[in-house]
Parts: sequence; structure tokens; C-alpha cells
Amino acid sequence: MSLTYEDVIAKYEPVLGLEVHVELNTHSKMFCGCATVFGAEPNTQTCPVCLGMPGALPVVNEKAIESSILIGLALHCSVTPFSRFSRKNYFYPDMPKNFQISQYDEPICVNGYVDVEIETDEGPKQFRVEIERVHMEEDTGKSLHVGGATGRIHGADYSLLDFNRAGIPLVEIVTKIVPGTGKYAPEVAKAYVAELRDILRSLGVSDVRMEQGSLRCDANVSLRLIGAETLGTRSETKNVNSLRSVERAVRGEMIRHAELLNKGARVVQETRHFQEDTGLTRSGRSKEQAEDYRYFPEPDLVPVEPDAEWIEKLRASLPEQPTLRRKRLQEEWSVPDKEMAAMINADALDIVEATVKLGADPTRARGWWLGEISRLANEKDVAIADLAISPADVAEIVSLVSKGELTDQLARQVVEGAISGEGKPAQVMESRGLKVVSDESSLMAAIENAIAAQPETAEKVRNGHIPAAGALIGAVMKETKGQADAARVRELLLAHLGQ
Amino acid sequence: MSTLSRADVANLARLARIEMTDQELEDLSTEMDVILTAVARVQEVATSDVKPTSHPLPLRNVVRADVVTPSLTPEAALSGAPANEEQRFRVPQILGEEA
Amino acid sequence: MIRLSAHEMASALEAGETTSEKLTQEHLDRISSVDADVHAFLYVDTEGALAQARGVDAARKNGEKVGPLAGVPLALKDVMVQKGVPTTAGSKILEGWRPPYDATVVKKLKDAGIVILGKTNMDEFAMGSSTENSAYGPTHNPWDLSRIPGGSGGGSSASLAAFEAPLAIGTDTGGSIRQPAAVTGTVGVKPTYGGVSRYGLIAFSSSLDQAGPCARTVLDAALLHEVIAGHDTHDATSIDAPVPQVVKAARDGNVKGMKIGVVKELNGDGYQAGVRSRFEESLELLAKAGAEIVEVSCPNFEYALAAYYLIAPSECSSNLARFDAMRYGIRVGDENGASAESVMNLTREVGFGREVKRRIILGTYALSSGYYDAYYGSAQKVRTLIMNDFTKAFETADVLVSPTCPTTAFKIGEKANDPLAMYLNDIATIPVNMAGIGGMSVPCGLAPEDGLPVGFQIMAPAMQDQRMYSVGAALEASLLTEWGAPLLSRIPALGGAK
Ligand SMILES: [Mg+2]
Ligand SMILES: [Zn+2]
Repeated sequence: MSLTYEDVIAKYEPVLGLEVHVELNTHSKMFCGCATVFGAEPNTQTCPVCLGMPGALPVVNEKAIESSILIGLALHCSVTPFSRFSRKNYFYPDMPKNFQISQYDEPICVNGYVDVEIETDEGPKQFRVEIERVHMEEDTGKSLHVGGATGRIHGADYSLLDFNRAGIPLVEIVTKIVPGTGKYAPEVAKAYVAELRDILRSLGVSDVRMEQGSLRCDANVSLRLIGAETLGTRSETKNVNSLRSVERAVRGEMIRHAELLNKGARVVQETRHFQEDTGLTRSGRSKEQAEDYRYFPEPDLVPVEPDAEWIEKLRASLPEQPTLRRKRLQEEWSVPDKEMAAMINADALDIVEATVKLGADPTRARGWWLGEISRLANEKDVAIADLAISPADVAEIVSLVSKGELTDQLARQVVEGAISGEGKPAQVMESRGLKVVSDESSLMAAIENAIAAQPETAEKVRNGHIPAAGALIGAVMKETKGQADAARVRELLLAHLGQ
Repeated sequence: MSTLSRADVANLARLARIEMTDQELEDLSTEMDVILTAVARVQEVATSDVKPTSHPLPLRNVVRADVVTPSLTPEAALSGAPANEEQRFRVPQILGEEA
Repeated sequence: MIRLSAHEMASALEAGETTSEKLTQEHLDRISSVDADVHAFLYVDTEGALAQARGVDAARKNGEKVGPLAGVPLALKDVMVQKGVPTTAGSKILEGWRPPYDATVVKKLKDAGIVILGKTNMDEFAMGSSTENSAYGPTHNPWDLSRIPGGSGGGSSASLAAFEAPLAIGTDTGGSIRQPAAVTGTVGVKPTYGGVSRYGLIAFSSSLDQAGPCARTVLDAALLHEVIAGHDTHDATSIDAPVPQVVKAARDGNVKGMKIGVVKELNGDGYQAGVRSRFEESLELLAKAGAEIVEVSCPNFEYALAAYYLIAPSECSSNLARFDAMRYGIRVGDENGASAESVMNLTREVGFGREVKRRIILGTYALSSGYYDAYYGSAQKVRTLIMNDFTKAFETADVLVSPTCPTTAFKIGEKANDPLAMYLNDIATIPVNMAGIGGMSVPCGLAPEDGLPVGFQIMAPAMQDQRMYSVGAALEASLLTEWGAPLLSRIPALGGAK
């Protein structure tokens, strides 16, 4: 017997806490000069430092510090005048030194917030998610589990380790507990991660690709009886790899906790793993004994004390806030609310803006990216940004259409060709021979042919039955392989038939 | 004065990932008591008005530019590995949490 | 030739009186004949050394400009990684490991044309004061083979005293360069923390470790010091400032008008009578040379040992976590589907020696939640107090001095089962590491009661290393006048010696 979500929220209040790990997009790793290219051959981006070899020492990447400060500033945090790295000691085969260099009690930024807006029964409503800290640390390597039935860690015969990812700079953003979201907790969690992603993207500090792991979210959820003061026991769900999963994971955990509490059972404080296929979470191994991380200041590194000048220089470089930018663009482009939401949902704002900046009409630019191009992206199951068509290409196509050098139909073929890797629009037009037929004598020849083939239809038009012209125009378009301008064909045809 | 039982030492050995025989645990718990008694002297002068020093150098903000430098070849990286396969470090099965 | 100083060898090479290849071969022959008794070396890189020597000879022949020590051989403590050459740090856990990279110090040695003969024995991971904790057996003191050569760098100091090498590299976390130098009648210098790069030095205690020169004369040590010192971008704790002019100071050996502070707390009960008398005589010689001797007090030094035995184990418990059988080193118990965790446990059980385990457990405890403040935190406060004591003492004195060790070399096995007695060896050397300043040990004679060498310690403020060399050279010169020959000329002949 399982509870419905309505049952849960009728009785319990959820309390959220979110930890987001962001991989920075620096060229080199956090503490060494190894490259950070995603998807490189295994162990080609490693060195004595990131392999934790005897004698190797870390040196901090300046860009990583700057990115962390930028993130803190964008989240309205204060930058601490003195921050320090510590060692978090625990053994794990994918962690080369068997300690993680991480900031502990002296993080680089503290006390900020993110405002998110969600749709509620009473219309749009804003929630403030307070940020406790922003700190720097390093990523671990990746393990591939071999043997066993599932390829999962349990039942594997052995594992293979690739340390390309080990030492990539991570920024961890930890919220304070978020009470008061009520039944909207799942939506608030999702909106927070989405907003954070937009902010990070606007800062240009990370690729923020959840599916590639450059943005990872751990969701802490607990329940308490409505009106109760004390917090319930929380669970921490990891492996949440998409925005949709954030929402599902929070909702799922709320239901699971409520079922336990209703039975009078205890919620265990533990790490759980989100299962993408079922939408449920599964318990990680609950440790018999608690880990003791034995944090202490990293003796191989010296403290970070950003001075005011450095911080102000970074503050001056902050881009426009995503919420403000969205409002501005919506106004400038006069986009209705619904379409604006669609554009944000499709992650198309940046690309449409880039296209508009290159001279395209906003409505047309939006039409192409959200229409034909999105359709093709869906077919290929990739993001529009990853297709082989650029804002410049789309701007060019829009301009060719408005100049009458392409028809909409031809333009669609150009888009399709560009995406199939046939080159830039001009190349596609050239190789596919896509061009509006503007030579009137060949148009007239095609019109004559159409009339000869359908004499009765032509007669009807002569007699004033204009709608019949459609069939003739269609035939002309067919003969010219769609490369004629249909409006011009219509003009010529009607004139020829005395209309 | 602090004393460490055999169970305490066993827990420390678990945290430090060192297998120990009963005899070793027994010996160490005795030795630890002696050593801890000696080192606990630091508490005599470690009053609250004294600031801790974790490092002898007053250096701050030592950083490197975000520039890629050559990595090891995978062969060199794996050269000391007890076992390797498919250009990766081969390790025994990892029990525990899923990564 | 092997009994000359490194400086004299370099001059002979420069004058064309010999070649580096010949000089290197002579040292390799010496190692073959005496090292079975001394056991200073864990690995002798015959081929590599000769190839390097030939390279220097060729460069010299071509008229290329070479460094002041080019072509002179050196013994490298096995805690420094050298590309392709077995590096164990005296531990079984690294048996057979050949590093894929060079330590910065090694790179600087190679660039300077210094010929690396091989890797010297040491207490496992530099934890010890006698070299008895090496997984590969103890090193013997060339003055008396039944005695310890000091530690952890006993292999380096013994190689110098046995004329197997004129130069050596040591590392000093609590006295591991100075104490071996003292008990073997050689010179050892721990530079200011951050003065020499730690990149490639297998870490014992990161905030205390420092590599430095070991030699038979103060000038040789200075020449080597200038080769290995300097800023390194691979070490975030490396000082970005010019290297102190130690060679100039060693050549001048001038102490006129210098104030030398005798640390009251490091010269009393517990110090062997012969150690004290040689120390006092040295002070008189320095006074004669124009220095002013004053007494200073450092009341918190008595807590240094306790603080050290919390800080060093804490840092080592973390530094040594990487030896886990996953990426390099030995692997034990990988059978019948054993888990990674159990393989780690078994490998570390077999791979680490007793003292290393003792310190890892102690450090794990000192850092654990609930005990951190009482142990690690308190030790860090003591560190502050010791630094304050030094700061105050250096207001009245330019350098501070003390005996390097409370006693001369003890017998192998004598203190092996008493960790606390063993730790006391470092009582005079540890404060220097705690404060990150420079320290040097120079020979100041033989203790009358046992005829074994005594070391004289000189301490200077951070980045004022040249002051130690001024004092060391002055004392060395005065003693040479007294003795008529270097102290090491009195060392008994070894079995294989001609
Ligand atoms: Mg973290
Ligand atoms: Zn690296």
C-alpha cells in the first residue's frame, strides 16, 4: 500500500537541503597542469600530482579561485578574507592520495541566496534559497566495474580506474536548510538547480552538463509533522543526473519517508542513490561504523586571502543576472510569457540571442531554433547547441529568406543540409542547387506546361474561379523543384490567364 | 590521562587501513599509553590565548596560472601499477557505495 | 682522490688532472669494497652514474660552461624520487618502484652536472634517528661498525664518512640531516623551510620536511646548497626570494662582531659529558675568532619534542595514506576475490614497519574527532610558542648554538625497543623544524670518553642561512688549526680500505 503525494503533504512538511558539485571548465586541473578535456582516452591526462605519486605536491589553479569567487559573488555571498584548504581523509580507490583536498571550516565564500520562481496554485511565487557556503575541492577518478551481472559495483569481480577526472576543480555549493516550501518542495528543488545552472552558465565557469557530470546534485530531504519544530532525520540522495530527476528524487524521498513514519518506523540517516529507470532511491551501504574524516589544514598549500582589489575586479566582470536578462530579452523581443517559458525550457535563450545579435529578426530566429532545428535535434537526440549549425548560419538563412533568395521551404532544406554536415548555408545551397528561380522565362515555360497539362483548371481560372489557381501553382512549384517564389508564380499565372 | 584500549587501537587501525594481529593491537595499546602520556604535555602550555601555527611560512595566495602542461604518457602513468588492463589501473573489487 | 673535498675534486676536474668518469669509477670501486660492511647504499646506479660522468667530461672537453661541482659524485637519500631509478624511502611497500619523474632537487643536481651514484639507506619514510628502521637492514657507522650512523639519513652520512661519496643529499624533518652528521663527524645543513623545493621528496611531515646538503666540509655543503636551493613553482611552500649567499659566507668564515647565543635549555642534564666539553671548547674558539658569546633562554623548547611527536605523526598518517597497493608499490592479498579494502589492509600491514605503523596510529588518533583540539591543536599552539621563543632569542643573538645531539652514536639495537628514548635524540634539533628556520651541524671533535664524533649545532633565522655558514666555517677553520688535519682523517680504516 503506497501513499499518494497528497497524503504526504496533508500531514508532513518537507525540509530541503541541496548540495551541488560543479566541475569548473578550467583548461588545467585544480592542482596540476594536466588537461581537463572530457572524454579523452583513459589515463592520458594524468601526472605524478593527480595520480598521488610519492613526492608530488599540489599548486592551486588561480583561475579556479577566481571562478569560485565569481560564483560566490553571483550568489550574493560574501568572500571570506581568509580561507584555507584542508585534507579530508578517507580511503577510496578512485581517490589517489586517499585524502581529498577540500575546504572545510574556512571556505572561500559564505552566506548568499538564490531566488527562484515557480508556478503555484495561486500563480507565480518566489522562494528564497539561502546559500551556506561555496567551497573548492578536487574531483576523484572514475571506476569501471568489470564482471558481475549488472556492471554495478555490487557483484563486480574487479574495477578499472581512469584518473583523467581526478583533480579536476570542483566547487561545492551548499544551501542552508530550506523550510516552508510545503508541497512545492520538488519544484523548488528543481527550480533552484535550474537557476543555479543558468547563473553558472552565464558566468562561463562551467559546462554545467548534468548528463556529463559537470553539474551534480545531492538532495537532502527530511519530513516533520506540520507545525513541528524539530527537524526529522534526513536522507541524502546522490546520482541525480537531470533536472527532472531532482524533482522526482525529492518527491520520491518524501513519499518513502512518510511511509516509514506512518508505520512508526525510523528514517535512517544515510546516503541513497537515485535510480534513473525507476525514479526510486536505493540505499548505499550503510556503514557499520561512522567515517571520521580527520580534517586538518593542508600543509602543502598556503592560505587564500583575496584582497579587496582582486574581489572588486572580479565583481566588475560579473555578467547580467539571468533573471534580469530574461526579463530584458522578453521585453526587447516582445515574446509572450508562454513562448518565453518554452524558449527557456528548450535551453535556447543564448543561441537565439546570439542569432539576433547577428542581425536576425527575433521572431524568426526563435522560430527556426525552436521549430525546425529543435525538431531535428530531437530526432538526433542531441542539444541544439551541439548541432552543426551556428547562430551565424541561422542569421544568414533568415536574411536570405527576407531577401527572397530562399523560400521557407528551401530554407528548411538548407538547415537540414547544414545539420547533416554538408557545410555552411552557401555550400549547401551550392551543392544541392537550392536557389529561388527568378528567371521569368523559365517560370513562364513551367506555367505554360502546367496550363497544357490541366486545361480545364486553367479554364476555371480564366472564368474567375481564382482558388482553382492553387493546383496550377502547385504544378509549377513541383516542376521547379520548389525553387520558385510561389507568390511570383501566382502573379505571373493570374496575369497570363487574364486575371 | 588518555588511555587507548585494544578496541580503540583496532578502530584506529581500521581508519588507517592496517590489518593488525591481536598481539599487535595489544602491544600498540600499551605503547600508545606511554607515548600519549608523554605528548600530552603540550596541553600544559596550549592555553586559549595562544594562536595555533599550522605552517611555519607566512606565505599567502601562492597560485599557478591556468595553463596546461604535458601529462605523463599512459605507459609511464601505469608503469608502477601492480595490475593494469585497457590502459587503466586494475584494482580488486570495490565494496561500498556506488560512485 | 676520494679523500679530497668535493671542492678539491672539482678543481682537479677543472684543471684536467682527472676526469669525472675516473673519479666516479673510484667511488664506485670504494663502494664495492666497503659497502658490504657499511651498508650506506640501497641501490648503486653504476651505469647511470658513469653515463652521467661521461656526459660531463664531454661537455667540459667541448668547452661548455659547467657548474662549480660538475662531475663530482653524490649519494642521494632514497626519499628523493629519481626517474627510472628504484626509490623506496626505506620501505618495503615501495619495493621495486621506479618513479616516472625527477624530484626538483634531482633535476637541479643533474643540470649542475653532479653525478648521482645511487640511493642511500634511511629509516623507513624518514621515521627514526638510527637508520635501524630501514626495511632493508641497518647502516653501520664507519667510526664504529657496531654503532648507528644516525637517522633518518644514516646512509647519506655514513657514505660521506666512509669516503664512498664526497657529497650527499639528506632530508631533515626533526634532525635527520644534522643528527647523522653529528654522529659521523660530517657536516649537515637543514636550510630554511621553503628554501629548497620539496617536489619529489617523499613526504613524511609536510610542514617540517626540508632537504639539504651533506658534506665533509662547510664549503662543500655551501656549494651544494646553492645548487639545490631556490624557488620552485611546483612547490607552493617554496620561498620566492634570492638564495642566501652561503658560498661567500663559507669562504669568508668571518664571525667578528657576531653575537652567538647559547640556548640554555639545550645544554644541561641529559647531555653526555664529552659532548658538553667539546661544545664548550668550540664556544671558546669562536670567541677567540671574534664572536661575542651570550646566553639566551627558550623556555618553551621543552615542549618541542611532545609537539613534534603529535604534528609529525598526524601529517604522516595522511601523507602515507597513498600507499594503498592500487597504483604503485607492492600488493598483498589480491586473491580469491578479496576486496580492495582488504588488499589495502593486508598490503599496509606487510609493507609498513613497526615504527611507521606506530606513528600512523598515533597521528590517526591525534587528528580524530574529539581529540583534535587536545592533541594536534595543542601541538600547533606549542609551535607558536617555540617560534616566539626563537624570535625573541634572535633579538639578542645573530645565531643560536647548542650541541646537535645529547650523546654520541649509540650501539645498534640499544634503543630499538624504547621509542621514547629514541625520540630524545632529536631534542636539540626539533625546535628548528618547528619554526621553519635553518640549522647546521659541524663536527667539533671526539668525545674523550668514547672517541666518537660530536656535533655542534648552529641555528639562524629564516632565510639567513649564510650566518650558519659563517659560524660553521670559522669553527671548522679554528679546529683544523688545532688538530692539524680534518677530523675524518682519524677515522679507523674500514675492512676494504687500501
Ligand atoms: Mg564535497
Ligand atoms: Zn595531473
